[in-house]
Amino acid sequence: MPDEDQKSSHSSQLNRSRRNFLGQMLTAAGGAIAAPSLLKSADAQAETAGEALASDEIQIALTVNGQSQTLNLEPRVTLLDALRERLALTGSKKGCDHGQCGACTVLIDGQRVYSCLTLAVMHDGKDITTVEGLATDDEPHPVQTAFLDHDGFQCGYCTPGQICATVALLDEVNRGCASAVTTELKNPPQLADLSEMEIRERLSGNLCRCSAYHGIVAAVQQVAGQHPSPAALMQIRESANEAMEVGL
Amino acid sequence: MNNFIYARASSVQDAIARTAEDPTATVIAGGTNLVDRLKVFLEEPSQLIDISRLQMQQIERLPDGGLQIGALVTNTALADHADIRRDYPLLARAILRGASQQIRNMATVGGNIMQRTRCPYYYDTAFACNKRQPGVGCPAIDGVNRLHAILGASDQCVAVHPSDMCVALAALDAIVEVAGTQGQRQIPFVDFHRLPGDTPQRDTNLELGELITRIILPPVAYARSGVYLKLRDRASYAFALVSAAAALNVSGEEIRTARLALGGVAHKPWRATIAEQFLIGQPATSSVFEKAANLALQEAVPLSGNQYKVDLARRLIRRAFAVSANSGGMA
Repeated sequence: MPDEDQKSSHSSQLNRSRRNFLGQMLTAAGGAIAAPSLLKSADAQAETAGEALASDEIQIALTVNGQSQTLNLEPRVTLLDALRERLALTGSKKGCDHGQCGACTVLIDGQRVYSCLTLAVMHDGKDITTVEGLATDDEPHPVQTAFLDHDGFQCGYCTPGQICATVALLDEVNRGCASAVTTELKNPPQLADLSEMEIRERLSGNLCRCSAYHGIVAAVQQVAGQHPSPAALMQIRESANEAMEVGL
Repeated sequence: MNNFIYARASSVQDAIARTAEDPTATVIAGGTNLVDRLKVFLEEPSQLIDISRLQMQQIERLPDGGLQIGALVTNTALADHADIRRDYPLLARAILRGASQQIRNMATVGGNIMQRTRCPYYYDTAFACNKRQPGVGCPAIDGVNRLHAILGASDQCVAVHPSDMCVALAALDAIVEVAGTQGQRQIPFVDFHRLPGDTPQRDTNLELGELITRIILPPVAYARSGVYLKLRDRASYAFALVSAAAALNVSGEEIRTARLALGGVAHKPWRATIAEQFLIGQPATSSVFEKAANLALQEAVPLSGNQYKVDLARRLIRRAFAVSANSGGMA
């Protein structure tokens, strides 16, 4: 916090410039996304509440998948890094880390967001749901089942984001939210008549490099209570056959 | 990203005081653009002042029939608001054509207005950029510039403003209300953003310590016929190559009022006032719309890679007006 920071302004300035240098070096090197020193290991996270607060850290409380969590974090830690590196919830994926791919999608107070584009400290007191929090006991969430039923993935990396986005999509449609392709703003489609174009538009913030979009659309149609179109099912079958032919 | 001091503003006055006394402090709300800029070291603030919990999330009817929108209303909340859908459909449609649901859920109205260009040279610190460091040069002018400006650019900067929402607000004669150490002031939307000139580092006319508090939408008869058209490299989740916000008030056989703003073509949402004035008193025909489109683009100065934007913009304008004349809706 400001006061504490001023007390140790000399050392924190040194820290800042050293980290600045480190961060820039790592960025220049190409691949590194966060300096390892910024993030404590997941092993250490359980006892965070009892740990002394470092001068450049802030303590926040989150409810993550129904469990209360107290975390000491530097303000620069994104929600995604806090979930993955501090709470060992590695279901949410770091794809682009710039809010362009959707692999990091989680729900904050029920609304889908990119966890890579938001700072964890800003969400003190909020309720976070990740893909790990969707199933109940041993029963998968209906959206998870639908993705399995329709091969809504290939490599699976984007899948946690796709599934969280779909869970939110269903809620948005139920609440009457419109999309860019909604013809009548005053009369947005309900789940039963959500067109394929609506589904694709509403999930456009989640990219799939394997291009499993046919399966994803079919999965959404299933959880929307529709019967996936024969064309979509045919596409899925053809893709699977092609994959088998080339020995994938 | 570099670390910074994080402080939650307790009030608008508190946020103003903190940013006024420290020029290196930055305000954060939705953060969808700022966090990205922090990650690539485009911004290195000493402090981040979090205003996201301040009470500026209301959309309220004004006595004159207009609407006021709190600066912290999310893009999603604005696009889904029943009054916006009914009275200002152009605004709802522009917002829904921007970004993705995840971004719109986080992004605020104030932040949308304050977002910065996505010019690839600005974003890549390996290149020079007058917007980042005045005087070092603009590699886009002779570089890969298919995404860049065709109107109002300077020899210092050819970047474009990325927002869809702002194009609609420009067409709707919106007003930006800001608060600062000297009190409040209202800025017409078209005067809020700046052309690059020889100060490309400044996107807006917001002064140090000033904060956007609300947007005012005047009650305008043409708003319900408003149309937003956007063309981009892919069908969804991409910035505009060119976009057009158009609205008409046709009475009898004559156009009484016309509004036209373009996106993706300039450093700010571009109001085409010459075309608007030409349309007044004209019949709503395709040849009239074609003339208006030509007028709107007559001062275009395309770069080596974006000549296509001139034709694209002309066609977009014609279609936007044609749909608006037919009482608006999906274009």
